[in-house]
Amino acid sequence: MSTSGILFAGFGGQGLLFSGKILATAGLIENREVSWLPSYGPEMRGGTANCSVRLSDEPIGSPIVSKPDILVAMNIPSYHKFISEVVPGGIVVTDSSLVKAHTDRMDIKRFEVEATKISQDEGLDGISNMILVGKLVKESGIISFNTLEKAVHKCVGEKKVHLLEYNIKAIKLGMSL
Amino acid sequence: MEEKVLMKGNEALAEGAIRAGCRHYFGYPITPQTEIAAYMSRRMPHVGGIFLQAESEIAAVNMVLGAASAGVRAMTSSSSPGISLKSEGISYLAGSDLPCVIVNIQRAGPGLGGIQPSQADYYLATKSPGHGDLHMLVFAPSTVQEMADLISHAFNKADEYRVPAMILGDGMLGQMMEPVILPAEREVKTSKPWAANGHQNKRPHNIINSLFLEADILENRILDRYKRYAVIEHNETRAENFMTDDAKILIIAYGASARIAKSALTAARKEGIAAGLLRPITLWPFPVKEINAAAENARDILTVELSMGQMVTDVKLAVQGRRPVHFFGRTGGMMPTPEDVLEEIRKIERNGSI
Amino acid sequence: MKVVYEKTSALTDQTLSYCPGCTHGVIHKLIGETLVELDVLGRTVGIAPVGCSVLAYNFFNVDMVQAPHGRGPAVATGLARSLPDGVIFTYQGDGDLAAIGTAETVHAAARGENIVIIFINNAIYGMTGGQMAPTTMPGQMTQTSPYGRDTATAGYPVRVCEMLATLDGVAYAERVAANTVPNIRRAKAAIKRAFENQVARRGFSIVEVLAICPTNWGMTPIDSISWLTEHMIPYYPLGVYKDKHAENTGGGGV
Repeated sequence: MSTSGILFAGFGGQGLLFSGKILATAGLIENREVSWLPSYGPEMRGGTANCSVRLSDEPIGSPIVSKPDILVAMNIPSYHKFISEVVPGGIVVTDSSLVKAHTDRMDIKRFEVEATKISQDEGLDGISNMILVGKLVKESGIISFNTLEKAVHKCVGEKKVHLLEYNIKAIKLGMSL
Repeated sequence: MEEKVLMKGNEALAEGAIRAGCRHYFGYPITPQTEIAAYMSRRMPHVGGIFLQAESEIAAVNMVLGAASAGVRAMTSSSSPGISLKSEGISYLAGSDLPCVIVNIQRAGPGLGGIQPSQADYYLATKSPGHGDLHMLVFAPSTVQEMADLISHAFNKADEYRVPAMILGDGMLGQMMEPVILPAEREVKTSKPWAANGHQNKRPHNIINSLFLEADILENRILDRYKRYAVIEHNETRAENFMTDDAKILIIAYGASARIAKSALTAARKEGIAAGLLRPITLWPFPVKEINAAAENARDILTVELSMGQMVTDVKLAVQGRRPVHFFGRTGGMMPTPEDVLEEIRKIERNGSI
Repeated sequence: MKVVYEKTSALTDQTLSYCPGCTHGVIHKLIGETLVELDVLGRTVGIAPVGCSVLAYNFFNVDMVQAPHGRGPAVATGLARSLPDGVIFTYQGDGDLAAIGTAETVHAAARGENIVIIFINNAIYGMTGGQMAPTTMPGQMTQTSPYGRDTATAGYPVRVCEMLATLDGVAYAERVAANTVPNIRRAKAAIKRAFENQVARRGFSIVEVLAICPTNWGMTPIDSISWLTEHMIPYYPLGVYKDKHAENTGGGGV
């Protein structure tokens, strides 16, 4: 696949934009074409929000991911809104602590991760998004762990060492599931 | 060379402005351009510059008028409803021959409209930016890289011709992140002997003014300015050709819609449809020659815009009936997908010229 | 021959465009003398408004910018923020400053912009031929209040100095009048204090000058002076409304 469209969808405040930024940065480190586009506006204030990321080997036209190759759904409204848009053969990762819904689609690969619960159990409150990032990277292979780790360093900033460790721990956890 | 960084279009533009020597920014918050103001408020104190949040868009553009009168590189930014308010100032800036940059990160109108991306201010930017006979340079970036690069070019050209310049972006370009290589910091040494910066008792007083009560004098001022506009039209037109050499269906689109059109025509090529894109980078001056050259071998022209069809009138004027000009647009903040545009291309391919 | 009086070098030789009896000329002179006395002619930039004094850019022998109607304080802000050593003043009428430019005036004051505003209040729009201004007196007849300003429908005149004095950004606000020789001398002192404030970077200063408009008031200059004295001064009391520097240094106002 020369182009991957990844859509993070959920509530504002769940770290959707940051998850997207980590992936886009990883793409940049691997010298690929990347784009990142948030939904903006009232969604920022707690409504449904999403973030489109593209990683590509060709120049990117539209940065809007309306038919995702990979969907990360972090709440029920987003899941219902986008599940039918995922391309056949696409990957869907859901936070099953928050999304309890079924689909009849047999042509997608669906992975359920109790990200919110696991993050609370593991002392990783507030970064369940990174557990999901770990899972999506493991299942899709769109980026290597090494690059991802470099991207976290770039996005978190070397000064915030504890946050750096938390994020990487969460990604590793997600990759182990 | 600078390393590639991931940046939002709005922020890349703001950094590009600073690196182009802009140290005076006057703004007012409005979605989806507020990151420009926020970025400037963070950066300006570190580079000895001025960030000022004005009481209104009207005040902001008039602060730019004051700063430009003093001879410094000054800018303001806003989004569509705020640009309506700046029209007054833009007219005075043009009438007073003041160089500056105004950024419009367009959102949907009319009225308060919406906050999603739009290109419905094309007429406002190119046809009627303010009352009176006037033009303003209008640049249309279509990547984050161009957001960073064109702002510097806009400042240079504004200074060179003593005209206001506009960067006409949209919410998508403003909000999206893409890798960008930031332009190098450049020292600006533009001589502005006309500036109102204090005569130091060494020269006659300078007057920055747009009022000429004698009609013949005013007409001559305008005629002189239009001579300058003619030079601009001759020298400063810019457009990008993408697969136009053998294109039978020539797409004309700028900014965000050009990106979508590019994806669509790449897909069309895979289906054996010879489509190409002519992307205006300057909207005023409009690339009339470039369009006609690209249209030479084309059978049909398709204009794609995020509006009900504004630039399409300029395309029609450019080709003067020599080619059929089709239009496809979405408005109100809706974005067409590449598939939507591809379907239009297929339709034109199937139906041929009507 | 001994020279006993000379036109200030701060004014050009351009013939003033004002009507006979108008007080703009006197006020221009006071500003000009002040700029010469403070030796700041070379670093001053003045801003002309829209109104009778729109052509002020031709009269002052300093760099001048003609501002859109009411936007003088915003233009002045842009200049002041670009010229750290500049002396920036606006010259504005009542319609320009207190109607269309209210927001620009109030916020330049609130920010404490280091500028001087010379505000000419003659209770009428002059250049457009005598329409009601925000400062037109109750009952005063104008082209657009032909039966006299009716406060029930047209509201009340705005007292600018009193309003601005409430803002912390204002360093100095004084109202003076151009009706008598002693008052003109006081006006000169106020204008000088305002410019001194700016040279010392003390912030926003405004001097409101009550002025006459014989042409549009439909009176002789002498009757106009009397009308200003009898009708305007009681509504617009003269005096210092704020003088931060005097308060800080324990000195009195003018």
